[in-house]
Amino acid sequence: MSEDLKKTPLYDLHVELGAKMVPFAGYSMPVQYPAGIMTEHKHTRASAAIFDVSHMGIVRLMGENAISALESLLPADLENLAENSIRYSFFTNDDGGILDDLMITKVPGGLSLVINAACKDADIAHIKSKIGDQVEVEVEYDNALIALQGPKSVDVLARFDARCADMKFMTFMTLEIDGVNCQVSRSGYTGEDGYEIAIPADKAVAIVRRLLDESEVEVAGLGARDSLRMEAGLCLYGNDIDTTTTPIEAGLLWAIQKRRRAEGGFPGDDIILKQITDGAPRRLVGILPEGRAPLRPGVEIANAEGEVVGKVTSGGFGPSVGGPIAIAYVASDYKTPDTAVNALVRGKEMPCKVVKMPFEQKSYFRG
Amino acid sequence: MSELKFSEDHEWILVDGDIGTVGITEFAQEQLGDVVFVEVPDEGKDLEQGDEAAVVESVKAASEVLAICDGEVIEGNEALVDEPSLVNSAPMGDGWFYKVKITDASQLEELMDEAGYKTFIEGQG
Repeated sequence: MSEDLKKTPLYDLHVELGAKMVPFAGYSMPVQYPAGIMTEHKHTRASAAIFDVSHMGIVRLMGENAISALESLLPADLENLAENSIRYSFFTNDDGGILDDLMITKVPGGLSLVINAACKDADIAHIKSKIGDQVEVEVEYDNALIALQGPKSVDVLARFDARCADMKFMTFMTLEIDGVNCQVSRSGYTGEDGYEIAIPADKAVAIVRRLLDESEVEVAGLGARDSLRMEAGLCLYGNDIDTTTTPIEAGLLWAIQKRRRAEGGFPGDDIILKQITDGAPRRLVGILPEGRAPLRPGVEIANAEGEVVGKVTSGGFGPSVGGPIAIAYVASDYKTPDTAVNALVRGKEMPCKVVKMPFEQKSYFRG
Repeated sequence: MSELKFSEDHEWILVDGDIGTVGITEFAQEQLGDVVFVEVPDEGKDLEQGDEAAVVESVKAASEVLAICDGEVIEGNEALVDEPSLVNSAPMGDGWFYKVKITDASQLEELMDEAGYKTFIEGQG
């Protein structure tokens, strides 16, 4: 099963550091290092950790039509996005479902997108077929992408380039790290302050080693990345959102800016705008079990009468919460925080309550 | 005289007369990672070899502990309910899962001894 797996520029370093490598979206990726998921997770919240996210795709859309062209595929307001600012968005389909979620940065002369590894090829095909005649599509293959996450990230990175401290969350800048120009965003998917750093592939190992030399920094794998984003209440494509879920059901209305709500003009706009007005039949909510048994994806949620009213899409143990947490779709009647529900695990009813996400409060730098 | 045996599912059973104490191996706990939840069988539960006897969940995933042999559970390790990490820190000791009154001793003959198990996990890489 492993012959055809792709390797990131940091593969050899992961192996050297003792990572347990697993197949993920066609890549061999570190799920954890010898410290373990629990320790890696807590270290990220307390200090700083490096994650390899090179499997994600970087695509640039260049040309004067880039903004209007991309706006025809998704509901973000890009006209009002300032240069070097970043916005979270998602490609929608005609049914109002989500094809992928992504980060969009306004760069000189166009837009830079970071897309999910598993959707990379489909996204690029989608972009080329729908707007390939309006923009120049450049796929970036020569970079490693790392995420430096955690409250100490700023102190660490400032030792290399002090300008990073003034960057606001969701902005972009070219910084010089150890003599190398790197494309840096103050962003991440852990619920912590931090940076995502694109490094020329041939310089990536050296720079990661330099960062790991700093006393605050440890490595962390996909396992910790997943538990961190779950605690932060952030959706994972393929689990919490996919082609069958609308942004309104997923609680992503905040990512559809006012102008787009008024004007529409994206795939599935009729369905999505109608749900904004009338409400969605189901909603993504946080689920906090009273007991200690983790709820895994697929676990059914029932009401007091035993009727199934929802299903878990992400779930496990939250190391910072200190107990099990889950994310689930429930019928809208059950979306209010503190609603009592039962999770059906191995034929037993486990009492839970609906909670507001995030499970762990974020600390982003807003300037 | 007690005897330690191992299964291909990375469980061990310490046999003393017709009573066996069952747990998972060092190799298994390493593969699982940080254990955060354990469900052990209730006293009196009848197990058939291959049944789901216990549940062990790490941060990342849930796994089943299958009954290593037929028998009646005489005790589940309640300490694991409050302190699941015992499975990581002492898989062959305080992290045991349950004790069973063995009803078909012939099933134990198919299990590996310690040296055999060691060879077996080397093959698992």
